[in-house]
Amino acid sequence: MNSKKVLECSQAIAEAIRQCKPGVIAAYPITPQTHIVETLAEFVNNGKLNAEYINVESEHSALSACVGAQAAGARTFTATNSQGLALMSEILFVASGNRLPIVMAVTNRALSAPINIWNDQSDTIAQRDSGWIQLYCESSQEAYDTTMMAYRIAEKCLIPVMVCIDGFTLSHVWENVIISDDKEVDSFVQTYKPLYKLDINKPMTFGPISMPNSYMDFKKQQHEDMINSLNVIKDINSEFSKKFRRIYGDGLIETYKLEDAEYAFAAMGSVCGTIRYVIDELRNKGKKIGMIKIKSFRPFPNAEIEKSCKKLKGLAVIDKDISFGNAGALFTEIKASLKNSEIKLSNFIAGLGGRDITPEMLIKAINNIGKKEVEFL
Amino acid sequence: MNIPIITEPGSSKKNKTGKWRTMKPVANAEKCTGCGICTGFCPDSSIEIKNKKISIDYDYCKGCGICALECPAKAIFMKEEEK
Repeated sequence: MNSKKVLECSQAIAEAIRQCKPGVIAAYPITPQTHIVETLAEFVNNGKLNAEYINVESEHSALSACVGAQAAGARTFTATNSQGLALMSEILFVASGNRLPIVMAVTNRALSAPINIWNDQSDTIAQRDSGWIQLYCESSQEAYDTTMMAYRIAEKCLIPVMVCIDGFTLSHVWENVIISDDKEVDSFVQTYKPLYKLDINKPMTFGPISMPNSYMDFKKQQHEDMINSLNVIKDINSEFSKKFRRIYGDGLIETYKLEDAEYAFAAMGSVCGTIRYVIDELRNKGKKIGMIKIKSFRPFPNAEIEKSCKKLKGLAVIDKDISFGNAGALFTEIKASLKNSEIKLSNFIAGLGGRDITPEMLIKAINNIGKKEVEFL
Repeated sequence: MNIPIITEPGSSKKNKTGKWRTMKPVANAEKCTGCGICTGFCPDSSIEIKNKKISIDYDYCKGCGICALECPAKAIFMKEEEK
């Protein structure tokens, strides 16, 4: 039986994890991810979730424990953001290099210094080369659904997945969420069947030394498999939508009122909700505006971006991150996708450190396309 | 799919790290009491006690000299490895 509940987004994610039945959860608390891991700890304590819950001493240990457990054949989960993600940075590469399908929720938060606990996407963006798939969510329903899809995608591609939700702005929001039936989720996510695992009866070595004559071939494989994951993400999104009747574009991008649009916004995460509102307001005034919401940042959907921008005159790319001295990451990647286009592109850096992004700011952005390459809102 | 996993166990044995030695431990069997302290200290698991006497596996001994330092009977001395 499906049930509709008013839940905090963090709780919705915890609910999805409970239904995905991980064998091991290893986590270290950091604002604003705490409600996810606390809810999971309660589930384990109350017997609602039969998982080994390891209270580790740091985020570096959290991901290391997940690497070990996943290698031993368990489905695992962890969550972090900001400083915690930065601390576990070296293990991100170990997890992806060892092809371990770990799923991690990241409640996007600004990086120190100066200290800031509020939302921006600089933490996950800074790890875009770590070999993890990165999926960004706009709503609690999407966060719940994407968590389930993440395990299917990760385990099919043997690539770990980050499920990204804006810290506080989304993680702490209370919304109606449709929680699907336990058995239905179970039949969608299925049991984890590792190709290889650590087993004392059949010993193996994960992540041994790889000399110059072999290392590069493993990296090439990771690159090719990440490209192939574009189709896996689309397929899983399609399968999910047929079973649960909820859909997120083609799984890689989602568009809003783009068919006849002359100008559009490109953005990731919860700001897309505000953008939908602004688009409706502008359309009431006769302006033809649309939106391209990027859900999959890694792998980057180059073909989908190029296709959706074909009829546009201009694109305002909203970035909740900045590569100092250059531009926002989403802008840099979109600009490369559109190298063969004559479209006007501008980058609007917004919302860093949790600064509110207002409709007025977004209207200013759409009116200022082409004036400057990079503008801070 | 190429995944960096070694599926056959024990492959590290193929690399005979004894070749790395510059100093070699030599034991005096008469002084050796078979106490086994050298076995416990050897970082390369290259010493056994066989028939109550020290037995060194020169295939894997890297010549670190810890056994010679720790031997209470002073039964081991480090000799320069021949070329």
